[in-house]
Amino acid sequence: MDFASILTTALNGAIGPVAAAYALAAIGLNVHFGYTGLLNFGQVGFMLVGAYGVAISVSVFGLPLWVGMLVGVLSAVVLALLLGLPTLRLRSDYLAIATIAAGEILRLFYRSSFAEPVTGGVFGLQRFANDFYDLNPIPPGRYELGPIILSSRDLWVTLFGWGLVLLATLLVYLLIHSPWGRVIRSIREDEFAALSLGKNVYAYKLQSLVLGGVIGSFGGMVLVFNTQSASPDSFDPVVTFFLYTLLVLGGAGRVFGPLLGSVLFWFIVVSLDSTLRQAIGAGYIPSDVLSASEAGAVRFALVGLGLLLLMVYRPQGILGRKEEMVLDAR
Amino acid sequence: MPAEVAMKSVLAGVPPEPGAPKPDPILVTDGVTRSFGGLQAVNVDHLELQRGAITALIGPNGAGKTTFFNVLTGFDRADGGKWTFEGHQMAGMPAYQVARRGMVRTFQLTKALARLTVLENLLLGATAQRGEGMFAALVRPLWGAQEKAIQERADELLERFKLDHLRDKFAGTLSGGQRKLLELARALMVRPTMLMLDEPMAGVNPALAQSLLHHITDLRDEGLTVCFVEHDMDMVMGTSDWVVCLAEGEIIAEGLPQSCGTNPAVVDAYLGRAHGTPPAEELPS
Repeated sequence: MDFASILTTALNGAIGPVAAAYALAAIGLNVHFGYTGLLNFGQVGFMLVGAYGVAISVSVFGLPLWVGMLVGVLSAVVLALLLGLPTLRLRSDYLAIATIAAGEILRLFYRSSFAEPVTGGVFGLQRFANDFYDLNPIPPGRYELGPIILSSRDLWVTLFGWGLVLLATLLVYLLIHSPWGRVIRSIREDEFAALSLGKNVYAYKLQSLVLGGVIGSFGGMVLVFNTQSASPDSFDPVVTFFLYTLLVLGGAGRVFGPLLGSVLFWFIVVSLDSTLRQAIGAGYIPSDVLSASEAGAVRFALVGLGLLLLMVYRPQGILGRKEEMVLDAR
Repeated sequence: MPAEVAMKSVLAGVPPEPGAPKPDPILVTDGVTRSFGGLQAVNVDHLELQRGAITALIGPNGAGKTTFFNVLTGFDRADGGKWTFEGHQMAGMPAYQVARRGMVRTFQLTKALARLTVLENLLLGATAQRGEGMFAALVRPLWGAQEKAIQERADELLERFKLDHLRDKFAGTLSGGQRKLLELARALMVRPTMLMLDEPMAGVNPALAQSLLHHITDLRDEGLTVCFVEHDMDMVMGTSDWVVCLAEGEIIAEGLPQSCGTNPAVVDAYLGRAHGTPPAEELPS
């Protein structure tokens, strides 16, 4: 087994644009779940409308890229309002039910044959981000970051993704350390207490849902910019649960939790994947026990096991504070 | 003349009967009803609460005290009826607006915001904070000065309630009694004109209960109106200026605290009436 190549692949995964996209979506989820206590199980839906907002605007309607991004953001705002207006007055369970259903409905709708003229159906849409790559200021060539070698194109989309992550992190930092953030956190603790102190809890929950959804939609955009392809099946409901896993891993309710969580999550997932594949290739794992095509499923089973162990032994995540976890009185 | 004596003499002239008019009512309710399925939890015909007085709401378990409280503070919806607070119609008003109007409540099961610090709990109470808008929150100069002023007021209250040594601790680490004090201090940050306390003495040790009592009477002496639901008769007798007794959702008696222990309707409501005996009012006294 070639451990150097496993490490290089894993590092590539950890700092790649996919990790940045997931970090962005998790920052949004952190606003919902970590700070406001909203149980959003459909964050992938916000990524989807963000991604398709750009893809459809550019490749079907021929609009400029920036207009497409604006459409993606507005779609996320509309989705947040559609989900939040009817459910946020009710108990928190209802948002959970509505979001988990909405995420899957959106995916099935975008891949359906009657939507194909606009969304491309199961095949999705391709080559809509040319404008984005035309903006690339990095001269062509090979760029070496330690063991990782990136093309100018890869470097551009990676920098763009992590740039957005840093901006979103800064935004969340400023908001959370303000009176607005204080109200949001008080709603997480006890919304009736916030109500009794004159806070319009419903309006704050809506603001939080919209904000986190918009940040999530940027995650979707980075994801499809990277591959120049938007296909409905990359927005599977399981994505939301990866986001929860990495958020808990990094530390929910911590500003840098999603960022660290995403890097670690992708490092672990990619290294598990390549270790399994190499072990199968080298015959350490007999191919009738586990074939290379099944390795993908096994690594996600291991991710599930990891989440389980994390919840039992370190529910506060890496950046979380144990004493806060103990205080979770609800 | 101390405020307590003054208030007692003002209320001494009020006839001790359900629905009695008060000289200067801050809260006036009419025909407030609330039922859960077939159960009529609240059916309060007319009630007036005197401004600047401590009014105790008593009654056996299930009398509808807390439901009545919830309805008045906007935490529950009335099926019917109207009520005014400082002359404003309040029926149907959402809870957060009721609080902004100056009627602030606390809860029977204390709601300390566990993962906020004691100071943050208090800061949250201040109303009309510019930094609570999502966009203004990003620009600290817009709200920094206001935040500092609020913090000064919070520190004064922490000192008053002897919580200053816990200022930066998480509220979740406080004892049950400290949480009661915290909740009271936090409610005062809203600058209420009327405090609605739901069982302020529940689960509080005697020493702390004394200090809570003093705080409540001090607040009354400073001009605040207080209404509380309570089971602890010592507290009811010791602090309140006026007592309203509810049973099965209706007001069965009102009066000065010393008169209510001997009121036959109150005794009946608490202890029950032997089967077949006539209602209290028909018995020779």
